Amino acid sequence: MADRERILKIRDLNISFTTDHGKINAIRGVNLDLYKGETIAIVGESGSGKSVTTKAVMGILASNGTIDSGVIEYSWNDENTGEHKTVDIAQLSEKDLQKEIRGRKIAMVFQDPMTSLNPTMTIGKQVMEPMIYHYGKSKEEAYKKTLELLELVGITDAEKRMKNYPHQLSGGMRQRVVIAIALSCDPYVLICDEPTTALDVTIQAKILELIQDIQKKKNLSVIYITHDLGVVAKVADYVNVMYAGKIVETGLIDEVYYDPRHPYTWGLLSAMPDLDTDDDELYTIPGTPPNLAYRVDGDAFAPRNQFALNIDLRVEPPMFDVPGSSTHKVASWLMHPNAPDVKMPEALKNRIEKMKKEGE
Amino acid sequence: MNQQPILEVKNLKQHFKINRKFTVKAVDGISFQIMPGQTYGLVGESGSGKSTTGRSIIRLYNPTDGEVIFNGKDISGKMTKDELKLLRTKMQMIFQDPMACLNPRKKVIDIIAEGIDIHHEFKTQEERNQKVYDILELVGLSKEHATRYPHQFSGGQRQRIGIARTLIMNPDLIIADEAISALDVSIQAQVVNLMKKIQKETNTAFLFIAHDLSMVKYISDHIGVLHLGHLVETGTTEEIFNNPIHPYTKSLLSAIPSPNPKVEKTRVSLSYDYATSGIDYELGSQHHISGSHYVLATEKELEEWKNTE
Repeated sequence: MADRERILKIRDLNISFTTDHGKINAIRGVNLDLYKGETIAIVGESGSGKSVTTKAVMGILASNGTIDSGVIEYSWNDENTGEHKTVDIAQLSEKDLQKEIRGRKIAMVFQDPMTSLNPTMTIGKQVMEPMIYHYGKSKEEAYKKTLELLELVGITDAEKRMKNYPHQLSGGMRQRVVIAIALSCDPYVLICDEPTTALDVTIQAKILELIQDIQKKKNLSVIYITHDLGVVAKVADYVNVMYAGKIVETGLIDEVYYDPRHPYTWGLLSAMPDLDTDDDELYTIPGTPPNLAYRVDGDAFAPRNQFALNIDLRVEPPMFDVPGSSTHKVASWLMHPNAPDVKMPEALKNRIEKMKKEGE
Repeated sequence: MNQQPILEVKNLKQHFKINRKFTVKAVDGISFQIMPGQTYGLVGESGSGKSTTGRSIIRLYNPTDGEVIFNGKDISGKMTKDELKLLRTKMQMIFQDPMACLNPRKKVIDIIAEGIDIHHEFKTQEERNQKVYDILELVGLSKEHATRYPHQFSGGQRQRIGIARTLIMNPDLIIADEAISALDVSIQAQVVNLMKKIQKETNTAFLFIAHDLSMVKYISDHIGVLHLGHLVETGTTEEIFNNPIHPYTKSLLSAIPSPNPKVEKTRVSLSYDYATSGIDYELGSQHHISGSHYVLATEKELEEWKNTE
């Protein structure tokens, strides 16, 4: 695809939090690209920094968090003049951020719909609010648009539902309302932070299908943050695996799932219970993630990595290109041409072989 | 094998009266049994009554109707002192959120020893501490952890403490209510492995309540599918996964996300809506399919579902 239009470009992003226990380097040099109409997923354990990255994009970092360095470039074509514009969100003032970016250009769907909705406002009002605030629409206009949006997200009987309060709706319906609010200002980028973790499996599938559907209709770019590899498999075009504030493996979904190269990705994929596994024990990654309050020497994953090389403990690995692919990149010394030939565990290899066959 | 089941639930009902006109029938007549050393997985969407079932069995609620027979004794009605003691010691529960269920002001050693403190199951202080250390070892923690407080642990470690606390009573049955839902994928695997290991070593039975079907499949011997307070289908894990009959079970199974992108991208989940499906759980009765496989249906529905395969 030659005419892919880049919307978001994150380069060498570093974010730290000041706490009572000292400075915590939560994000350590993240690079990320998002193109129009495409979907990327960020996966990783809790504390790996996946939420912090996207919060920085929205400019809603906690008050003790600072962006130490790096750029978050957002590009768009101006609606009126049609000229191509680029801003660095990291440098933007709070006022401009609120006026231009947040809600209007980039919107976010959070994990728990009950806590992201206001319990004292009817859902109709809540969907109308951002349109009136950001675009100064009249009440009638906003009302009409809200009806359309609620129908778009699959809420039947929208006119009646608008008078309901959040507690009168089921979990799945609430999440639909949250999506409607996110879409109300016609954003170009939708960030979904664990959008279905609080929901049942049956509803989860429906919500994901809904987001995919809307994405196609509106040509949105979507960023998913999740730890559920099944969800990622369903929705994502590109996958970024994050560990201890760094992206350790990135690539097309097929590349990462069928040809994982980083030992951490191997661990993540192995730890998923397969519906066909009869093994006595599930694979687990030994140890715990590192405490980022301390300086990390070398590869942060090395202490938990059974394939770690000597150099892993001393020098941080750069991003290596996987041979024969322009999109698949891995931060592991195992990818260095001089590294010993380490193959992924046998069990995982068999599983991937089986998955490939199923897919045909 | 004609073993005595460790837990037998017969026609259990749990109704909550909201007001004079309105009663919530959270659990409406379910029956199942668990054999010693086996795991029974209870699945269903939120609001299906799976947690209520667990809570009624361990008598956090007083059951409205039905029998719960544990170790050959009925524990659903008024209990004698001995029966109560049996229930409080031999049946234990692990909760969903390990941070919320551990007292933040107590040290781990006191949290774990609380059960034996109450029931005076030790002679000397050394014996008590030794018991705690042994249990800590069993769940993969060490002696040094005993003097710490819950907030000093990670989520997975906290859940291990929750498990240790139940194990110290040598229970015959552990009810795990969404015990792993709040944990990360890799940590989930650790906790599930631990539960399996403990089951092998101590022959404890588990009632595993969850909504994550892939984990349930992995850990359970038998599965019960609960919907709106009714047990719509029950059987061994193979029977349920290989030959689901009830449309609700089918929709649940079809909704499991698969970690295989090629399959997952094309998968369409079946939807099931009780209100429009025309099925009335009240009318159905348990029909025997094969082995221990039962489905809640009327004769006509059963024929229909079998033919649509």
